Amino acid sequence: MSSLLEMSGVSVSFDGFKAINNLSFQIAEPEMRAVIGPNGAGKTTFMDIVTGKTRPDTGQVLFGEMNLSLVGMSESQISRAGIGRKFQKPTVFEAQSVRDNLAMALRNPRGPFDVLIFRGSRKDANRIDEIADQVGLVDQLSRTSGELSHGQKQWLEIGMLLAQDPRLLLVDEPAAGMTPAEREKTTDILIQAATTRSVVVVEHDMEFVRRLNCKVTVLNEGSVLAEGTLDHVTKTPEVIDVYLGR
Amino acid sequence: MERTFVARNPSVLWFLLGLAGFTVLITILSEATGSGVISTSFVKTLGKTLMLCLVAIAMDVVWGYCGILSLGHFAFFGIGGYAVGMWLMYARTKEIVVDNLANAVIPATEAEINNAIGIQIFGVVGSSEFPAIWVFSDSLFLQLLAVVLVPGLLALVFGWLAFRSRVTGVYLSILTQAMTLALALYLFQNDSGLRGNNGLSGLQNIPGLGHLSQAQISIGFFWASALALGGGYPLFAWVLDGKMGSVIKAIRDDEARVRFLGYHVESYKLFVFTLTAMVAGIAGALYYPQAGIINPAEIAPIASIYLAVWVAIGGRGRLYGAVLGAVFVSLASSWFTGGGAPDINLGFYVIRWTDWWLVLLGLSFVAVTLFFPGGIGSLFDKLARRTS
Amino acid sequence: MFRLIFGVLLGVFATSAAIAQDLQSILQTHQEEVTKPGRRSVGVVLDDLVASGLPEAAPFLEKWQDKEVYLRDTDGLFFYLSDDETEIVDITSGVAVGPADDLTQIKPNGGVRRSIGTALVQFQLSDPDINRRRGAIEAIARDMQASQLEPLMASIDGETDPNLKAVKERLVGMMRASFGETAEDRVAAIEGMAGDLSVDVRAVLNQILATKRHVATELPEDQNIAAVLQPGADLPMEDAYDILVATELAQPRTTQDQIKAALTANIIEGRVGGRAIASLDTYEARATAYRALAADGTVAPLVGDDQVQAVLAEHVIFEVYVEKDVTITDAALVSLEALQTRIALNQSADLFLDGLSLASIYFLAAIGLAITFGVMGVINMAHGEFIMMGAYTGFVVQQFIPNYTVSIIVALPLAFLITFGAGVLMERTVIRRLYHRPLETLLATFGISIVLQQLAKNIFGTQARPLTSPEWLDGALVFNDIVAISYIRIAIFVLALIFLCLILFILKRTRLGLEVRAVTQNPRMAASMGINPDQINMMTFGLGSGIAGIAGVAIGLYAKVTSEMGADYIVQSFMTVVVGGVGNVWGTLAGAGMIGGLQKVIEWLNPSNTLAAQTYMILFIILFIQFRPKGIVALKGRAAGD
Repeated sequence: MSSLLEMSGVSVSFDGFKAINNLSFQIAEPEMRAVIGPNGAGKTTFMDIVTGKTRPDTGQVLFGEMNLSLVGMSESQISRAGIGRKFQKPTVFEAQSVRDNLAMALRNPRGPFDVLIFRGSRKDANRIDEIADQVGLVDQLSRTSGELSHGQKQWLEIGMLLAQDPRLLLVDEPAAGMTPAEREKTTDILIQAATTRSVVVVEHDMEFVRRLNCKVTVLNEGSVLAEGTLDHVTKTPEVIDVYLGR
Repeated sequence: MERTFVARNPSVLWFLLGLAGFTVLITILSEATGSGVISTSFVKTLGKTLMLCLVAIAMDVVWGYCGILSLGHFAFFGIGGYAVGMWLMYARTKEIVVDNLANAVIPATEAEINNAIGIQIFGVVGSSEFPAIWVFSDSLFLQLLAVVLVPGLLALVFGWLAFRSRVTGVYLSILTQAMTLALALYLFQNDSGLRGNNGLSGLQNIPGLGHLSQAQISIGFFWASALALGGGYPLFAWVLDGKMGSVIKAIRDDEARVRFLGYHVESYKLFVFTLTAMVAGIAGALYYPQAGIINPAEIAPIASIYLAVWVAIGGRGRLYGAVLGAVFVSLASSWFTGGGAPDINLGFYVIRWTDWWLVLLGLSFVAVTLFFPGGIGSLFDKLARRTS
Repeated sequence: MFRLIFGVLLGVFATSAAIAQDLQSILQTHQEEVTKPGRRSVGVVLDDLVASGLPEAAPFLEKWQDKEVYLRDTDGLFFYLSDDETEIVDITSGVAVGPADDLTQIKPNGGVRRSIGTALVQFQLSDPDINRRRGAIEAIARDMQASQLEPLMASIDGETDPNLKAVKERLVGMMRASFGETAEDRVAAIEGMAGDLSVDVRAVLNQILATKRHVATELPEDQNIAAVLQPGADLPMEDAYDILVATELAQPRTTQDQIKAALTANIIEGRVGGRAIASLDTYEARATAYRALAADGTVAPLVGDDQVQAVLAEHVIFEVYVEKDVTITDAALVSLEALQTRIALNQSADLFLDGLSLASIYFLAAIGLAITFGVMGVINMAHGEFIMMGAYTGFVVQQFIPNYTVSIIVALPLAFLITFGAGVLMERTVIRRLYHRPLETLLATFGISIVLQQLAKNIFGTQARPLTSPEWLDGALVFNDIVAISYIRIAIFVLALIFLCLILFILKRTRLGLEVRAVTQNPRMAASMGINPDQINMMTFGLGSGIAGIAGVAIGLYAKVTSEMGADYIVQSFMTVVVGGVGNVWGTLAGAGMIGGLQKVIEWLNPSNTLAAQTYMILFIILFIQFRPKGIVALKGRAAGD
């Protein structure tokens, strides 16, 4: 099982504050991984680096069999290379219908002229229905996405990620603000997705992480504190220190 | 689910029908082809208004749909006018000069003709030499090409520089305003090669069509303007239809998110910016022959801001909103400033609309921004929703 | 030896004799020359008068020059006329001595009067009245003459005023450079001038280096040649040939107009020179026809381009220094070159001062904008109109308070209060409702700017209104002929400096500043700590607008007050803020410095065209933003809020 994403020795600082400090991280394909850590541990910055929003000061980020270096690539290039990201706050295009949101995310040529002459095929329509079914939004396809409930927006965003058909999915706090029933469904969607691709879930909620039942990486002060099963890491003294000690 | 283009964009059909009906009506009422109820100068005003509608649509696409508040699209409009104006002025002057020299005992040489044209055109700025940018002015085809290419190229280069350094929002607006100002200041110079603040004039006389009356020419330009608008509206409706429209609107709403979807946002912005600039150039090229004169003051930043005002009042994010805004504001403006509106006597003070129109416009603009972000167009939306 | 002693004795005698004589008797010795003076003969009289040292000699010379001296025909004595022209007045005592009968007015011609004037200057150079001495020196400096050198030098020792003495010495130096007796003397004087930056020194040097253009077949050996001019390179072919024509070394060229006229005059039955008229629509065809006419002898032979080339090849055109001595022109060249370097340095200094004052204007205009933009993220398009409001406030105050100093002192705080109020009003009614919609704010404030501009037009009319500065701000601080700066600009610079300090103080040292910074960095956090962001925003906006009002008064002092003046500054102000980096006082300062300096440098490179300078500057800024999108002083990391 070779690794899909490999970060090594990555550091980044803002005005002298080290947000990420010599971080190394690996994930295989397919694999589900939960990343936890206290506030300011560098979870969001970690995602920013992988997706190209923030450029690391040092270190390298390699992706795929070809060991593609992600440092210096633009957000859209990285996305096209096969990395999808879901933000903490649901960001769907609220002025547009659920179908249009999904259609935009579908894996198709992304150049302006390709898009200009693009007119959806039957195959694309089927794929949209399929994904809508997967995230439970079949009945909402024609609705304006701004009208959806909070949970539905989260699912739509996950649906858009799936439509992108990425090899690596970065999901930031997917369960925030959800009802227990919605959480359960979200868990199912993610576990389902992780059977064919790599999924990194950043989460606060231990209960949710436990349900994902996967390997856990604990970040603190910009580097990895512990890694392993949830039971293993919760028994590690350093982790207890960080979470409960102070 | 698979509905036709027209079904998805009902406004296109209504718009084209309305425009066709309007064109027929004006043709029937004009001096040249009809009863003469409408004066030639009013036909010109209407033709110009159609072109203001077209540039307003372009502005709406770039701002209302793509979220780039460009304060430079009227500059592209002006460049289009200058490009066609150069040919008009050159060819027309050449006609006159050749005519004058025809009576000379010894036939004039090429150089003598050119020199005479040069003196005619550039005498006002104390020169008789043809500046380098006039090199294509004797070719209608090349100048017409310039109508689209020069604004397009300028937009492409400027847009590329601005978008790649991720200048967005108000910064971008200010930068486009600076670009416009730079262009206007450049044209204001006497040695810009475009006759400084005199601008280009006599554009209403069409070379080779000296035998036609202004009434006939005006209706011809009115048709051409209607055709351009009738082509521009569906064109933009088509561009904004389907996935392209989705992406463009998505960029307006959340640029960063679109990037994470794998779209190269800058290319899309550049596409929209350049396309609209080219259409603005075409609109200008049809506008200024009807106006008869173009000078650098037309390009000043304020003009581009007024363009934004029209679109805002008409209701942005709707193509017909831009049309409504341009028609409403420009006609209201000529009604108020042209002495159409009666003065209001308050006893202690008389409100003369020539002085107070701008105050009214400014205040209503602020009011629209504050209370009716949808503009006039939102009224139509409500109407449409009620009927459906 | 004997002869020498004799000479000295004679000199002594002559001098003492002159002293012994009174004015009338000196004049009587030269009666003929005084009555009918010629340019040559008058010298003797003037020399004697000067040598006499009589106090009444100078007034006499003045009267003589003004044709107010009369000769009594009966006895040949000289008199003046009394004021009512009825009596004659003694030229020594000034007392009326009899009726004005049998008088002949003495009318020296222009040349003589000039000579008298020169002699007069010598008196005036030593006049007890310092103003007359100064006047005499200025007269000499205006029109330097060799004859004035000696008396000027003579007057230096007796000069009591040190300033005037320095001026005299400098003038002597300049005159020695032009009129010194020996070449060494002149060279020394020229070298002594190398450090002087004044315009007149450069004029003297340039005059020494004056050239004349000559044409010859061979370059002469015996002349002080400045340069050889190559036709086509140093001067256009046509001009070179015209010089030859002017010196009658060549036939005038046959112009196209002449060819055309000659052809027109010789048309016979639709043909000329063996060609049909219709075929004459190229210059070549016309030349051929003309040559045919010339071959018949009908017209003068054609002098075309090939002739021009050939004639030019046979001649050499060169410039010769009017000054024959090479050592002198060389010394002048060296001095001038040394001067150029110093002039360049001083011009840079002047440019720096210009840039500084422009920068301080931009800073004043932009700092208010920077505060509102930085703290609230709000672009205020009506900022320029607040500047205008400030300027008009100044104008209105001056209508009520005639004393300019007092009126400005009243206007500054009043302008602040008015625009502060306007800013607060605008914040409460418009901007507050548009938070987080920056583009809409931009447009709404633009609407307000249209309204304000038109209102100003309706109230004050379209013509420019004066805002007069107090007298003590008139004039300029002059360092030398190159470096100078007007006091108004210094005042604006000082004002900008005061505001920089004040704003820094408010932001860094006061409670308001602390709260403003807190709201800038994290409004939600600030709100949770009990700071009312609405209040802070209102105060900030008011402050920014108020500063615009004060800037308006300052700008109005040196520029015209019109309803459109705000629009002139708004784009530059935005550029200043954007280039400097948003939300930072130092950034605005750097931006203003860069834009002001740059504009002056571009104007200096292309002095004919301020419009082009602004165009290039804006292009530069667009490119600059490519490299530093966040401005010169950029906030980094998360605080930048991207």
